Amino acid sequence: MHEMSLAEGVLQLIEDAAHHQEFAKVTKVWLEIGQLSGVEIEAMKFCFDAVTRDSIADGARLEIITAPGTGWCLECSTTVPMTEVYGECPQCGGYQVQVTGGTEMRVKELEVV
Amino acid sequence: MCTTCGCGDGEVKIDGDDPSHEHEHVHSDGTRHSHGHEHAGDHAHDHGPRYAPAHSHAPGLGARRMVQIEQDILAKNNAYATENRQRLADRGIFTLNLVSSPGSGKTTLLVKTIELLKGRQRVAVIEGDQQTSQDAERIRATGAPAIQINTGKGCHLDAHMVGHAMGKLELADDSLLMIENVGNLVCPAAFDLGEAHKVVILSVTEGEDKPIKYPDMFRAATLMLMNKCDLLPHLTFSVPRAIEFARRVNPGIEVIEVSATTGQGMDAWLAWLEGGAAAARGQRQDSVSSLKHRVAELEAQLAARDV
Repeated sequence: MHEMSLAEGVLQLIEDAAHHQEFAKVTKVWLEIGQLSGVEIEAMKFCFDAVTRDSIADGARLEIITAPGTGWCLECSTTVPMTEVYGECPQCGGYQVQVTGGTEMRVKELEVV
Repeated sequence: MCTTCGCGDGEVKIDGDDPSHEHEHVHSDGTRHSHGHEHAGDHAHDHGPRYAPAHSHAPGLGARRMVQIEQDILAKNNAYATENRQRLADRGIFTLNLVSSPGSGKTTLLVKTIELLKGRQRVAVIEGDQQTSQDAERIRATGAPAIQINTGKGCHLDAHMVGHAMGKLELADDSLLMIENVGNLVCPAAFDLGEAHKVVILSVTEGEDKPIKYPDMFRAATLMLMNKCDLLPHLTFSVPRAIEFARRVNPGIEVIEVSATTGQGMDAWLAWLEGGAAAARGQRQDSVSSLKHRVAELEAQLAARDV
């Protein structure tokens, strides 16, 4: 969706952390991206490289940790795996499924020098 | 675009003005400084050394270490949104973020809503568009205060822009604030502005399968307004099918069918608005009375000590 804005958000978090934790260069960034978050990983990588140019994270490697999509099916009263936000329940085929996991967009960890 | 502070697209204008303020920057060589920002596209100020070369021998450098962050990417926006939400709650202002595709009739619906609420409920409007202040002018013609945010190349409003716009608008206590987002069914879904609810407008001249084509937006919304319902006799659009698609992505979404042109369904929409406004007003009064109660308690304690 709006990977450029998200990449800017990542850089802001990195710069805030640099301010509080005193580091001068970031070499690796781990992002947790949920399967249902709507983030295109390739677009994210491209935007991250563009946004971090000449910044503290210039040249940093982006590692993506994928979080699986899960939902709560109202019909089955159970947690089911989901691959699409609007997908059907894999057990009963119904659509009364509330997404419970897989929408994460988090900066997990940095490797810094 | 300011990619260093990232607090907004370089071309953002709020009623023609750049939102400019101080920022602190940490550069890759470890130096830190702060300076004012004009959020114009060209950066006139000098950023000094651009980045540390790989063989840098600056003191304290060298050892690699891990830093735990564990923060949401949208944390910054969400922090601004929380601040906006608190400012609005303190004043009992019921705020809606109106989202839709371009051409769904958002502005016409807003104008009609403001006219019908005249004398019953005060309304202020924040208008978001990439260019022009035509929409804000249409709102101002109704007598309601309105402010235009032009996002330039930006495809959505963010909480930082809205916070600035709120500061420029004359907001009355216990009023309604309508934020008309940029016409876009994708990006605005992810950006909390501090609103009480997102309201998605789907006009019946669009495809009834839009909710499953753009599920994020319909999942983020509390209410779906189906606009231009007066045109249904001329179309093949199936209302039940559109509702079914919307509930497939968001089982709890409420639906009201309206026509801003004929006024059909507007009563139900106004009742929904007034219900929300009454709740916001009630919460403010509750917090004011609890604060008064607390002040009275503290004064009593103080009086007891004086003795």
